[in-house]
Amino acid sequence: MTEPTTPSNGRRVSAYVDFLFKWRWLVLVGTLGIAALAASGGRFIEFKNDYQYFFREDNPQLRAFEDLQEIYTKNDNTLIVVAPESGRVFEPDTLATIGEITERAWQLPFATRVDSITNFQYSHAEEDDLIVDDLVDLERDYEPNELDELRAIALAEPLLKRRLVSDEAHVSAVYVRHTLPRKRSDEATEAAVAVRELTADIENKYPGHVLHLTGSVMLSNSFFEASVQDLSRLVPLMYVVLLVTAVLFLRSFWGMLITLVIIVLSASSAMGIAGWLGIPITPPSSSAPTVIMTLAVADSIHLLVTLFQSMHRGLSKKEAMTESLRINLGPVFLTSLTTAIGLLALNLSDVRPFNDLGNISTIGVTAAFIYTLVVLPPLVAIFPIRAGKKSVSERSNAVVSLGEFVIYRRKGLLWFGAIAIVFLSAMVARNELNDEFVKYFDESFAFRTDTDFASENLSGIYTMEFSLDSGEEGGISNPSFLEDVDAFAVWLREQPDVHHVFTLTDTFKRLNKNMHADDPEWYALPKERELAAQYLLLYEMSLPYGLDLNDTINVDKSSTRMIVTCDNVTAVRMRELQAQSEAWLRANTPEHMWTVPASTNLMFSHISERNIKSSLLGAFIALALIAVILGIAFRSVKFGAISLLPNLAPAMMAFGIWGMTAGRIDVGNAIVTTMALGIIVDDSVHFLSKYLRARREGGMDTQGAVRYAFSTVGSALIVTSFILVAGFLVLTLSPFGLNAGMGLLTAIVLFVALGADLLFLPPLLMEIDKAPRLPSESQLSSPAEAPAQ
Amino acid sequence: MNRFVALVLVVMLAPALAVAGPAEDKGLEIAKEADRRDTGFGDTTADMIMTLRNKRGQESKREIEIRTLEVKGDGDKSLTVFHSPRDVRGTALLTYSHGVKPDDQWLYLPALRRVKRIASNNKSGPFMGSEFAYEDLSSQEVEKYKYKYIKDDEVEGVACFLIERYPVDKDSGYTRQQVWIDKDEYRARKIDYYDRKGQLLKTFTPTEYEKFLGKYWRAHKMVMVNHQNGKSTELIWSNFKFKSGLKDSDFTRTRLTQVL
Repeated sequence: MTEPTTPSNGRRVSAYVDFLFKWRWLVLVGTLGIAALAASGGRFIEFKNDYQYFFREDNPQLRAFEDLQEIYTKNDNTLIVVAPESGRVFEPDTLATIGEITERAWQLPFATRVDSITNFQYSHAEEDDLIVDDLVDLERDYEPNELDELRAIALAEPLLKRRLVSDEAHVSAVYVRHTLPRKRSDEATEAAVAVRELTADIENKYPGHVLHLTGSVMLSNSFFEASVQDLSRLVPLMYVVLLVTAVLFLRSFWGMLITLVIIVLSASSAMGIAGWLGIPITPPSSSAPTVIMTLAVADSIHLLVTLFQSMHRGLSKKEAMTESLRINLGPVFLTSLTTAIGLLALNLSDVRPFNDLGNISTIGVTAAFIYTLVVLPPLVAIFPIRAGKKSVSERSNAVVSLGEFVIYRRKGLLWFGAIAIVFLSAMVARNELNDEFVKYFDESFAFRTDTDFASENLSGIYTMEFSLDSGEEGGISNPSFLEDVDAFAVWLREQPDVHHVFTLTDTFKRLNKNMHADDPEWYALPKERELAAQYLLLYEMSLPYGLDLNDTINVDKSSTRMIVTCDNVTAVRMRELQAQSEAWLRANTPEHMWTVPASTNLMFSHISERNIKSSLLGAFIALALIAVILGIAFRSVKFGAISLLPNLAPAMMAFGIWGMTAGRIDVGNAIVTTMALGIIVDDSVHFLSKYLRARREGGMDTQGAVRYAFSTVGSALIVTSFILVAGFLVLTLSPFGLNAGMGLLTAIVLFVALGADLLFLPPLLMEIDKAPRLPSESQLSSPAEAPAQ
Repeated sequence: MNRFVALVLVVMLAPALAVAGPAEDKGLEIAKEADRRDTGFGDTTADMIMTLRNKRGQESKREIEIRTLEVKGDGDKSLTVFHSPRDVRGTALLTYSHGVKPDDQWLYLPALRRVKRIASNNKSGPFMGSEFAYEDLSSQEVEKYKYKYIKDDEVEGVACFLIERYPVDKDSGYTRQQVWIDKDEYRARKIDYYDRKGQLLKTFTPTEYEKFLGKYWRAHKMVMVNHQNGKSTELIWSNFKFKSGLKDSDFTRTRLTQVL
C-alpha cells in the first residue's frame, strides 16, 4: 500500500515508464495542451470586492445585519475625514472644502445620502416659525464671531459632535451612504476609485487640507487590493524561494527546471479551473497559488531525489525513473490524499473565502500529483540529466547521528516531549478569539492608516446598531418608549469605550425646544404621544432630499435605529459590550425592546468564534479519515492510532506557542489546524512506513527499525519540511493579516511536527512497540527494498 | 484672447448655449397644453389612502384629505388634512405654492394648538416617510421645469409623447425626469425620476383615470417605486369633488385650526 513492492506492481511501473519514455513528446505536448485549456479558465477569474462575501448566507450576524438594513436603509458608506492644517474646522476655507465635498459627493457612484456639518439640517425657532436649513450657508461670508457661533452650535449637537466633528473641532467628516445594488463584484471598487478622484481633486484645490478615507466601501475595496497585492508580490517571491530550494537540494539545473514546470502547471491549472468553476478570488483564496506551489514541489522533489540517488548508484536514467516511481508512488499518493482531505475539510469553515482556498488548493494538489506522474518522467527522458554531484540528502551523516542520539536518549526525549505537549497544550487557553478587521490590513494600506487616523481624531468604524421596537404602529412617539430609548442611550454613553450614540431621542428633544422658542428648559422629550408624532411630521415635512429619517425610523413608525460607535476596541471587548447592552435591555425595558445588535464589525467580532467550532469539527473529521487511511495503509489499527499523536500534538503545541506569544487568534489562524493536519501527516507517514518495513520485512528490533527509518527518510523529511516551512513563511510577508497569521502559524505547526516526528515519535515507538519483533509478513517482503539507500 | 480663437469658441459653443431649440420648444408646448387642459377646475377635494411598503413587505397606511383652490396667475393653494395615523389626526398643512419661488407653508399641530410656519427652502424630502417627495406631490407649475421633447413612444399600448423635464430649483433631488404624456388627453402615464448622479431613482405610474366635469382627468391609483431602496408607496384616491365653492377664506391660517 504505502510502497507498492510486489513484483507485478514493479512490472506495471516499469511498463508505465517504458510507455512514457517512448511517447515522451506526445505525452508532454498532450499534457501541456490540457493544462493550457485548464489554465485558460483564468480569464473568468473574478475578484470579489465585497467584505460581505466573508460570511455565508446563513451566518446569524449577517442575517441580523441584512434584516436591519431591510427595515431601514442599506448602510454601505464612506467617511471622508477632513483634517485642516490650521487645526480649526470653522474657518472659511475649511467650511468651503467640506461644502464642496458635500455637494460633489452626491455624484459618487451609488451615493444615496451625504451628511456633513455644512448640510446638517439645523432646526431652530424664530417666533412662531420653525426654520430648518443647512447649518452652513455656503454662499455667505461669515464674520469671525459668526464662525464661533457655528462652532458652538455644532459642538452642542449630539448628532454632530464626535460623529461629524471632533470634540475640539479640529477635524470634521463627510459621511456618504452608498446603496450598492450588489449585482456586480466591482461596485465597491468603482465607488472607491471615484471617491479617491474626488479627494485628490479637493486636496489640490484646497491646499492645507488632508483627507482620510474610511468606511465599509473602502474596506471592501481594500480586500480587493489585498488580493491583487498577494498575487502580484507573493507568487513571484514564492518562485524564487522554491527554485533556490530546489537547486540547493537537488544540485541539478534540470531537476530545478522540471520542478518549475510542475509547479507552474499545477498552480496555473488550479487557478484556471477555479475560473471555470466560478470560484472568486478574495484575499484568503489569493494565497492558494502559494499554498499549491509549496505542496506541489514536495512531490517532484521526492521523485527526483530518488532518481538522482539511483542514477548515482549506477542505474540508467530509465531504470532510475522506474525505481523512483516504484518506491515513491505509494507515499506520494498517500500524502497527496491526506493533504487533500485536510484542504477539503476547510469546506466546513463558516468563512467562504476559506472554503474557496481549500477547494482551489485541493484542485492544485491533485493536479500536482497527476502532473508529477505524467509529465515528470517524459521531462526526465527529454532533458540531458546526469547523475551529477551528490544531493544533500545523501550526505546524511548528521541525520544518522541524530538517529543514534534519539535512540540513546529515548527515555529523556519521551519525558521531555510529553511535558512539552502537556505544557504547551495548557497554553492554548491563553489565546483569545479576536478579529478586528481593520487590523487585517497592515500599515501599507491607506485604509488602515486612514481608519486609524479617523478613530484617533474623530470616530471609529466599530459600531453596534440596535433596532428598538416599540411594539405598536406609530409607537416611536410613545413617551414611555422614548424614555426607555433615552435611558438606554444615557446608559450607553456612560460605558467605557463608547464614543458616540446616535439616537432619535436627541432629535425629539431638539424639536421640543424649537417649538418652545428655543428655550433650553424645553430640551427634553415631549410628554405626550400626539405632540411627539406631530413634531416628527412637521420635521419630516421640512427635510430636503436624501436627508430624511428613513434610515432611523421604519415604515410604520414602530421602531427606531440606534447606532453606537465605539473607540478602537478588541473584538473581545466588543462582544462583552454587546452582551452587557443586551442584558441592560432585558433588565430595564419591556420585552418588545429586547434585541440583538448588528453591524459589519459585529459580524467580524463573531467570525472566529463561529469559525473555531466548524474548524475543530473539520479537523476532527480530517483526523479521523486520515487515521483510517493510515490504519489501512499500515495494515494496523495500532499504528493508525499511534500516528494520531505526532499529528495532533504539533497543532496543540503550535497553538500553545501562539498563546504564549501572540495570544490572539483570528479567523486565519482558526483554520490552520484543519489545513495543516493533512500536510504534517506526511512526515509521520514516511517515517512510520519505513519503520514498519524494517520491522516487518527486515525483521529488525525497534531500535534497529528507528535507525533504518532515520537513515532512509530522515534527511528527506528535513528537506521537505524545510520547503514547506519556507513556503508558508512567504505568506507571512502578505500585507493582509489573515494570510500572514495563517502562514506563520502553519509554519510553526510544520516545524513542531518535524520535531515531533524525529524526536518524539521514535522514543514513543520504542516504548510502546515492546514486542521484540513483529511476525514477518512474507507476502510483503521484497529483497529490492533492503536498507539500501 | 486671440480674436480668431474667440470666434471659433463662440461658433463651437453656440449650439450648446442655445436655450431653446425645436425639441425644447415642442417639449414646452406639450407641458403647456397639459397644463391648459387642466385649468379652470376652480376647486377640488379628494381623499387619499397612502400605503408604504418596505423591502420586507411591511406596510403602513396614512389617510389624508386634500382640498385645492385654483389660483389664477400663481400656484394653487392647498390644504392637506391628516386623518390617520391616530397620533397626527387633525394635523393640517396649508400650502401656497408658487412657480419658481419657494412655497409658503404652515402646519397646524393640534397637540400644541399652534400654527407653525415651516421656513425651509429645500422641501425635496419624502412626504410622510413615503417614496413621494414633497416636490412630486406639490402643484406642478409649468415654470418649475425646463423641457425637451424626446420622441413619440408607447406606454401599455397607449401612444405617448416622451418628454424630459429639468428642475429649475437647485435644491431639487433630481437632475431630470422623463415623462410619458398620452397624445389623446395629455395625461401623465409614467414618470421616471433620475437622481443627482443621473441614476434612475423612482418610477411613478398613475392608473384608473376618470374624467370629471367632462374635462378633468384624475387617476384613482398612483404607485411610486424606488428602484434603489426597494421600497414603494401606493396612493388610492376617492371622493373627488369639483367646484364645491371653496373660497380664499377657506385657505387661511385661522381655517387651519378648524379643519376637523
